[in-house]
Amino acid sequence: MSASKPGVAGAAGGGAPGRGSDLRKLVAGRRPGVKWIRRHVLDTDDWSREEIETVLDQTRAMVEILSRPIRRAPPLRGRTVILFFAEVSTRTRVSFELAAKALSADVVNITATGSSVEKGESLLDTVRTLQALGGDVVVIRHGSSGAPYFVAERTESAVINAGDGWHAHPTQGLLDAYTLREAVGELGGKRVVIVGDILHSRVARSDINTLVPLGARVTLSGPPTLIPVAWRCGEVPAGVTYEPELDRALDGADAVIALRLQRERQESGLLPSVREYSRVWGLSEERVARMRPGAPVMHPGPMNEGIEIDAAVAHGSRSLIEKQVANGVAVRMALLYLLAAGVGGPDGAGLPNPIEKRG
Amino acid sequence: MSFDRRAFEAKGYLVVPGFVDLHTHLREPGFEDSETIETGRRAALRGGFTTICAMPNTEPAIDSPGLLKELLGRGYGVNGARVHFVAAITRGRKGRELADMVELADAGAVAFSDDGSPVEDARLFRSALEYARASGRPIIEHAQDLALSAKGVMHEGAVSARLGLPGMPAAAEEAAVARDLALAKLAGARLHLTHLSTAGSVELVRRAKADGALVTCDVTPHHLAMTDEWVAGSRAFAWETEERAPRGAPFDSSTKVNPPLRTGADVRALWAGLEDRTVDAIATDHAPHASVKKDVEFDQAAFGISGLETALALVLGGVRAGWAPLETVIDALTSGPARALGIDRPKGDWVVIDRDAEWMPRAAELASKGKNTPLIGRTLIGRVVATVVGEEVRYEGAVHAAEAVSRR
Repeated sequence: MSASKPGVAGAAGGGAPGRGSDLRKLVAGRRPGVKWIRRHVLDTDDWSREEIETVLDQTRAMVEILSRPIRRAPPLRGRTVILFFAEVSTRTRVSFELAAKALSADVVNITATGSSVEKGESLLDTVRTLQALGGDVVVIRHGSSGAPYFVAERTESAVINAGDGWHAHPTQGLLDAYTLREAVGELGGKRVVIVGDILHSRVARSDINTLVPLGARVTLSGPPTLIPVAWRCGEVPAGVTYEPELDRALDGADAVIALRLQRERQESGLLPSVREYSRVWGLSEERVARMRPGAPVMHPGPMNEGIEIDAAVAHGSRSLIEKQVANGVAVRMALLYLLAAGVGGPDGAGLPNPIEKRG
Repeated sequence: MSFDRRAFEAKGYLVVPGFVDLHTHLREPGFEDSETIETGRRAALRGGFTTICAMPNTEPAIDSPGLLKELLGRGYGVNGARVHFVAAITRGRKGRELADMVELADAGAVAFSDDGSPVEDARLFRSALEYARASGRPIIEHAQDLALSAKGVMHEGAVSARLGLPGMPAAAEEAAVARDLALAKLAGARLHLTHLSTAGSVELVRRAKADGALVTCDVTPHHLAMTDEWVAGSRAFAWETEERAPRGAPFDSSTKVNPPLRTGADVRALWAGLEDRTVDAIATDHAPHASVKKDVEFDQAAFGISGLETALALVLGGVRAGWAPLETVIDALTSGPARALGIDRPKGDWVVIDRDAEWMPRAAELASKGKNTPLIGRTLIGRVVATVVGEEVRYEGAVHAAEAVSRR
């Protein structure tokens, strides 16, 4: 990331930011035989381990680009990435914007505030507008679960889900997997605790759908009212268990991911009090010490320090929270590259949408 | 054209009495962009229904004898099913004051229902049952505890957990069924529980019937054929395996219906209820919607499936799988609903069925204005060849033409 490492940039890009083919060379051949066939990134729930690995490998290449003196590569020059954020988000939007710009794409922002979305324009109208604008990639954040599928079915653009309702946040799942693997190595046999409001968390769902295929086991912990009833009563997904008592969940764990607790849960009768929650399911220094020595702590942000996580833990030596943010840019670059760089070229041209359309 | 039954039977078609649908939404007055009485009546004939009962959740609601008489007094086209009207239980369907139930019954209401907005106040519902008893007309109850179902948009279970959609637990229906059964017993009134969707609800009715309660109930074709996996993109009927069935997109709002599509175990329990006659009737809950109500985000979309024209094929699928005998299902489409309503089936109403015809519903070909069904583009087996009202053939389908093509 600083000018003191010219050797790294030189090794991969030939000094100054080079042609797109440098990057393609960097990426291609890493995993011979694995081809990228996805037109959209809507959910990782049907991804194979190989597909996840492809993105993580690609991410490593992007981390390298981000470490160059000039953090910019040209492969998406002339491509347009539309960031359609129908729900307020600063972190994820900025992360996607940096990612798109680092690959030299043109970036257009459509946000809820100040756009026709606020004036009651329907999602269908917005999709028609997006289609007319002709972006190569549409990145969508939306409060309704499934909204990215709605967009993907009705537009020619590649669609990336940047978080939909309680459903999925695939780029968060992938960046968590990347960050965790950098910290603890291969995830096979590792046990990761996810604690908090699982029911309303798209992050939890995407973490499960990314970490489990990589070999990790996931232990969910949190108040019974904030865990889907099916997951508490026997219909739990493969590789996942539920342990209401956080101390027991953390005993010997390899990592923990704390989720943000919305204060509204108390008002809607799902929690007796935020104070009680913090005492029973908050991450304190003593609690995290129950994990394997040095086991890391993660949080998707934004944090409620003092509620789901103590400040000392959030900013302590185990915390990977800032790394998550940094890696987020690289993961999003990787996906933008995979989806957009190949459009019209040899990598992804003419490949079918994995979501089969109805006749 | 008068009906020549033997000519149809000679071709190997099945001829049975015309179907009676005790739960249909015709949307008129007020929502004519979704359906009109005329388009709904035509859709009914195409589905083999010769008598349908229109629900009163219109705008204005059918809660006054004046509006009811006006609707009954209209001249209707010949190419449509016979129509009865269900009147509202409470004024404006608001659940606060009873509608003029005696006068509504005298004006010709076939039953009473606040369908879609169950009467939450138990004391008021008790009064409604007492009045229904006095009027000799049944209450058709949509049993749902609204506090418990809250903002749910699908069945609460493993699929809703996976998709991150708010769920409606089975208990939201079962708690209301239990309450309604207790109140019906108290009032000594006839109660009809409509579109039951869970194993628990069927079991509650089974026990109540064993205790001699005056209760009847129905289930819908979609609850007999589809599971909550359809919301996740499955298009496998409950009797099919996932591998052999086509797939649709997840979060398709045409699978959003209330009560929601339930689990495979619930579907089996509904069929078991049909088989042992705990379930009296199959009713469509035909709920057509204009595309603006459905072509939106899943959680914003209106509830409902347009069901009149595909009902027969769905229930025949279960029969073919051996889940209930044909006679039981035909009874549940004809005598069962007539008994539940306490009406006589009109003589001379028939439906001619080709049990083996394969066809594919297409939006443009549905007579209903509501194209909101997840069956668009799905191959179905079993189709209505002709529908007869009062010994007159009022609908004759394109099956003959299709046959001619295939035999050439």
